[in-house]
Amino acid sequence: MELLLTFLQKAIGQGISILFGASGEIITEKSGNLNLGIPGIMYMGGISGLMAAFFYEKYAEVPHPFMGLLISFAATLIVSALGGLLFSLLTVTLHANQNVVGLALTTFGVGFGNFFGGSISKLAGGVGQISVATTASAYRTSIPGLSEIPVIGPLFFSYGFLTYLSIIVALSMGYFLANTRKGLNLRSVGEDPATADAAGINVSRYKYLATTVGAAIAGLGGLYFVMEYLGGTWTNNGFGDRGWLAIALVILALWKPINAIWGSFLFGGLFILYIYTPGLTRATQELFKMLPYVVTIIVLVVTSVRHKQENQPPGHLGQSYFREDR
Amino acid sequence: MLKQNEITVKEPLFRVIKRSNISMPKAWFIRIAAAALSLIVCAFVVMSITGDNPLSVYLGIVDGAIGSKRRIWVTVRETLVLLIIAVGLAPAFRMRFWNIGAEGQVLMGGAAAAAIMIYFGQSLPNGILLIIIFTASILAGLIWGLLPAVFKAYFDTNETLFTLMLNYVAMQIVTFCIVFWEKPAGSNTVGIINAANRGGWLPSLFGIDYGWNIVLVLAMTIGMYIYMRYTKHGYEIAVVGESQNTAKYVGINVKKVIIRTMMISGAICGLAGAIIVSGASHTISTSTGGGRGFTAIIVAWMAKFNPFAMILVSGFLVFMQQGAIQIASQYGLNENASDIITGIILFFLIGCEFFITYKVELNRNRKEAH
Repeated sequence: MELLLTFLQKAIGQGISILFGASGEIITEKSGNLNLGIPGIMYMGGISGLMAAFFYEKYAEVPHPFMGLLISFAATLIVSALGGLLFSLLTVTLHANQNVVGLALTTFGVGFGNFFGGSISKLAGGVGQISVATTASAYRTSIPGLSEIPVIGPLFFSYGFLTYLSIIVALSMGYFLANTRKGLNLRSVGEDPATADAAGINVSRYKYLATTVGAAIAGLGGLYFVMEYLGGTWTNNGFGDRGWLAIALVILALWKPINAIWGSFLFGGLFILYIYTPGLTRATQELFKMLPYVVTIIVLVVTSVRHKQENQPPGHLGQSYFREDR
Repeated sequence: MLKQNEITVKEPLFRVIKRSNISMPKAWFIRIAAAALSLIVCAFVVMSITGDNPLSVYLGIVDGAIGSKRRIWVTVRETLVLLIIAVGLAPAFRMRFWNIGAEGQVLMGGAAAAAIMIYFGQSLPNGILLIIIFTASILAGLIWGLLPAVFKAYFDTNETLFTLMLNYVAMQIVTFCIVFWEKPAGSNTVGIINAANRGGWLPSLFGIDYGWNIVLVLAMTIGMYIYMRYTKHGYEIAVVGESQNTAKYVGINVKKVIIRTMMISGAICGLAGAIIVSGASHTISTSTGGGRGFTAIIVAWMAKFNPFAMILVSGFLVFMQQGAIQIASQYGLNENASDIITGIILFFLIGCEFFITYKVELNRNRKEAH
């Protein structure tokens, strides 16, 4: 029981950064933009939040946890939104190929994260020496009182605010896409931009907005990882493949943010299952780590074989739209 | 009425017109201008971090890429690897099949090569061993390319996402194998395979260490050019890429073309894995692909699938990467600076394609409307 509780808690902790990434990617893909730069953007978001907190704590006389939180949160949003803006500029305005831009952005973003991460590690005195404990403590504050209830407390109320924010973001995005006029417009842009254009929807504006907002949300996944999961430090490439897992989760969730919530916990669980499964050798552990990707492939294949209308990727996913090209 | 007037007044400042054709020199002028601009921006970035003048930054790049005989060979070796992966991707992209899985296909090819080297490296003569290695690698890459192609052909499964996921499956397979192959035990690395008898290593040709690499890669490059340009298969690929409906109408078996082309694409990427493992690094790890499977996508795209343009593009990118590694060590930056520089260059080169395809001019109607 104790072990199961720890497992669930850890699975949720692993899932949250993936959930942020997937939510951001879902709203991006709903506009027809396949942003493969999300893994890079998550690195950028993580490192910019960390750097902001680092310099704040370094130069403020008495760093206040809440101020550190505000500053790092804002830095993450701005930098990752800029990543999304760059993607939109190149793909929407300059009609560049989305896969190519996305991969270049990931190369850039991962380099950006590791470069500045390595550089401020050096400033701080060595690898793993960065510590923004004051700011991280604000991120790690759980709900007082409620988190002390046995079983329910640790399972539901032992997390920092970003965890709850990620779920709120996913829920409200689900509502936005399904029940609002703007959400409908956005989906129509992703399905068939020509028709949307003819109906008087500003295709470029929707694509720009969705991609930029999506990137900002995904960046929070990086921030969560750095602040709450690691407790305010950095290791190069520590974020690993989680960005690609976020893109995988979009498929698993069938482009629905609400599915992404349980999907992220499932992925988080699969990601760490090898630690909790008894009797594994080092070799079979590696096979276990394959599970999230294999599950994604199976879901991808099954949905395309069943070919149910509502479970398909957005119709114009990955294609740029140029009015005169039709 | 008033509303209609407002609409006519609201003309955009710029007008974008698709060019019907652009002369070769002009297109290359735009590309070179973009490359130059990206170099200037990179120099500013490095300058703002290091505080040194841009000239010595450039000299550092040149020195790092071609400063010594060894560095020149490293640059050539890396260019060859990037080039052959891009050559492998070209037919798939021509067909509008987004093979993002080159990284995985290279890894599978590399793993197959390493397996043969490890298990048969001591017992078989080198000639036969090499033939087996290359066959096994080609087959491994082929299977990794075939999987998503079959599902694409029969169920229209999204190939971008499928191939992307297969990369990580391949990486886990490699880490799985490393557990059995590691040397010394517990190091989690394979080390140089058959360092003593060089079993399964590509021998030097005409006294050049990477001679066989050069011959193999250039042969594939020329072969791919001919295949895409002058054969029936190449034509079918182009038609399927332009419009699947047209292809069906003229009686091309689209499913067959998709599967066949991806088998070729995967096979060449697998071959690239063998060239890396048997011809260059003589070891295997998850970073055997080293992200080149992704960079090659950009190379193939920017070269417009022309294998000869790919030589230029991959050469330029590797030159800059090697140069950036040198700058990083020269100024005590960490090695990831090279990714940032590569990223900046790529953004410029990708963005400039717009100005080759389209013409932007100030909107003259705008003044008349007032």
